[in-house]
Amino acid sequence: MSQRQQQQKKKLLSWKKATISGAITTPKSSMDYKTGLWRSQTPTIDYSRCTKCLICWIYCPEPTITRLVGNPEKAVEINQDYCKGCGICADVCPVKCISMRAG
Amino acid sequence: MTLVTEAERKEEARKRMEQKVLGLRGDDAVAYAARQANVDVISAYPITPQTIIVEELSRFAANGWIKAKYINVESEHSAMSGCIGAALVGARTFTATASQGLAYMHEALYAASGMRCPTVMAVACRALSAPLNIHGDHSDVLGSRDSGWMQVFCENAQESYDLTLAAFKLAEDEKVLTPIMVNLDGFITSHCLERVNVLPDEVVNQYLPPRNAKLKLDPDKPVTFGAMALPDYYFEFKRQQEGAMTEAYRLTPKIWREYAIISGRRYANVRPYKLNDAEVAIVSMGSTSGTARYAVDELRNRKVRAGSLNIRLFRPWPGPDVARALKKVKAVAVLDKAMSFGAPATTLFEDIATTLYALPKQPTLVNYVYGLGGRDVTIAQISKAAEDVLKLARQRKKTVPTRYLGVRDQ
Amino acid sequence: MTTEQTPPPPPTPPPAPTPTAPAPKPYTPFLTKLADLPLEEKFGPGHRLCSGCGPAITMRMMTKAFRGPTIIFNATSCVEVSSSPFPYTAWGVPWAHVLFQNTAACASGAVEAINKMCEEGRAKKSDVVVVGGDGGIVDIGIAALSGALERGHDLCIICYDNNAYQNTGIQRSGATPLGAWTTTSEVGEKQQGKTEWQKDILGIAIAHNIPYAASATIADWRDFINKVRRAIEVEGPAFLHVLAPCQLGWRYDPSQTIQIARLAVDTKFFPVYECVDGVYTINRRVPSPKPVVEYLKTQGRFRHVLEEKNKWLLEKIQQGVDKNWQRIVNLERATNPAAPKT
Repeated sequence: MSQRQQQQKKKLLSWKKATISGAITTPKSSMDYKTGLWRSQTPTIDYSRCTKCLICWIYCPEPTITRLVGNPEKAVEINQDYCKGCGICADVCPVKCISMRAG
Repeated sequence: MTLVTEAERKEEARKRMEQKVLGLRGDDAVAYAARQANVDVISAYPITPQTIIVEELSRFAANGWIKAKYINVESEHSAMSGCIGAALVGARTFTATASQGLAYMHEALYAASGMRCPTVMAVACRALSAPLNIHGDHSDVLGSRDSGWMQVFCENAQESYDLTLAAFKLAEDEKVLTPIMVNLDGFITSHCLERVNVLPDEVVNQYLPPRNAKLKLDPDKPVTFGAMALPDYYFEFKRQQEGAMTEAYRLTPKIWREYAIISGRRYANVRPYKLNDAEVAIVSMGSTSGTARYAVDELRNRKVRAGSLNIRLFRPWPGPDVARALKKVKAVAVLDKAMSFGAPATTLFEDIATTLYALPKQPTLVNYVYGLGGRDVTIAQISKAAEDVLKLARQRKKTVPTRYLGVRDQ
Repeated sequence: MTTEQTPPPPPTPPPAPTPTAPAPKPYTPFLTKLADLPLEEKFGPGHRLCSGCGPAITMRMMTKAFRGPTIIFNATSCVEVSSSPFPYTAWGVPWAHVLFQNTAACASGAVEAINKMCEEGRAKKSDVVVVGGDGGIVDIGIAALSGALERGHDLCIICYDNNAYQNTGIQRSGATPLGAWTTTSEVGEKQQGKTEWQKDILGIAIAHNIPYAASATIADWRDFINKVRRAIEVEGPAFLHVLAPCQLGWRYDPSQTIQIARLAVDTKFFPVYECVDGVYTINRRVPSPKPVVEYLKTQGRFRHVLEEKNKWLLEKIQQGVDKNWQRIVNLERATNPAAPKT
């Protein structure tokens, strides 16, 4: 089912049940909406060359790059659920170890 | 409708005797009430004829007689915005404006009601430019009647004081959470010195304890306010607001009863006068209702069975109360202190007509416009209007085109 | 004979040292390493901003600089609309959007209410941050901004500048640069994009005598995040003007957002400086500036400027950039004893 179909299936609340004035009481409820479906190119990190500088992490607009603390092999991991494929991480990486693949 | 017992009447009279009597203008009375009401934030921007309110509040703030933060904003739009911001963090807010200021903050009015901020705003009703006129009429507040705000009209300085206090109670009820305008007639009520019974500070302090909001901006429970509602949700949020208006109307007897207990003054949504056996009724809002009662007495002296109805609660519209008051009269003259250009009739008339439409029989109903730009209306003019309408009723005429009291035609 | 010596006059005390204002404490930025930044994302994924959105990066970096409980007031803008379509919200902090032009006024009311309620134990102390685009702060919101700055509330006001009303479809604002194409400053026979130089909103803010005002870009994360923290920490109003490139409105490949922000600084198109209590400091000195055409040629919105017939426009832009830079250098020299002499 496409994301749009998923959304349409979700039951819309009546005026008696919805929070007043459209206040949203669940912080970061946007995480239910997987923007990863938007992208037309996908980034992959070549961990053998990654210097763990965290530059890709700070520049990700979503953010969808997670910092892995205490992991000896990987400093960051790209969460493909939300990646929109902008390519900024690949562009700012000082050692150019992130490649953007079509699809 | 509960009947008032003799004991209750005696108690109320005693309460009134205990109260201090001050000489206050309508604006002073509003400021006095705002001072007592445990307000947290006051957004102040001056505009004639409300300037006395913000000036008095500044004097109170400068002397430390008021704990509220007094913010001199740079425009009325920002005055309302400051109130919204403060209300969203759970504060009790107050501001005041008139005519051009009310028009300037028009978009913010919808934001305040849409975001369910229970702000109390005193409006010294004044004519709208152009041409520029600083005197009293109801065009400004009636022009904002669809903005989702509740509205009460004060007849005199005493009501200005009492209704400001009761307004906080009504607006902040968790089932209501709707902002409210307390309307005074510009200059006529705002600037006239009258005897006002004021309640002691401790009584008001107990009646209006500091606000404790449930839904607010709180770092412990992050909430997003003002989300964008697309066509799939916007309608529901607006329906909620109308639901709140209905709740507010249902709550008014309790509000008036609570206020009567502490003050000895018993208010109601409408004030009928000699309508029990009246053939013709004069309906009006604001200070003119006092003049209308004199006209009724004068008509009664001439053996005309007249009565009057003062509409105190304008939004939410007290349909049942109006219907009950007017159901036996044969003729109604509706006096409106504002124009509704190009409309079939002016605002108050349309509301009255809608209410009476549901009755099995409708009286003769005539629309009168008076007092625009602060033009005086006399007892004689009102009496004549009532007699004219009664004559039309006897001729079995349902209505006639809008008439004007006091405008020069020739 | 007794010699009564008159006691010697008391020695004249040395002249009191002329009181000088205490030397301003040197400021230590809170952030040096990326690893020191908090892990928690207060601006979460799932927002609807474009891929490669500069303002998104701005918001992300801004939330990393918060020092404790913070409440955000956000003007109607790209960020606001895309981060809060009911029932989705990208915010992990208390956040409110009211109207387009009144954010600074709403925040003024809120910050005073919080102060009062904290004194009475009815609320928790929070920082209040105002976020708006160039539309909501520079144009329609300028009166509210001015009022809030004049009243001196303890606010941090961040204007993310994507050079147009991007949210409603790339219409020009007072912050749109000279010559830029937008849908309401079109390029055609009679006109080559926007015909006016952009408003100096930072200068306007500084004119209100606020304790801290600075410009920054998202390219320099350390500079920007430190400035946000400093703006929050300072007592009183602080204003930040942040250049946040917009890939859709400026017409470039989304991956270039950071490079373009960097070029804006390297061509002196967007000077990065700060003003602390009236003392100017240029934070990025740009020793080898590139000609402004290097910045303009990266973006489709300036494509017409590169044409031969529009050479006058390119020269005008370069002159404007040079004049603006010199103005800031002069201001620094006039107010800052530590300014370099050349």
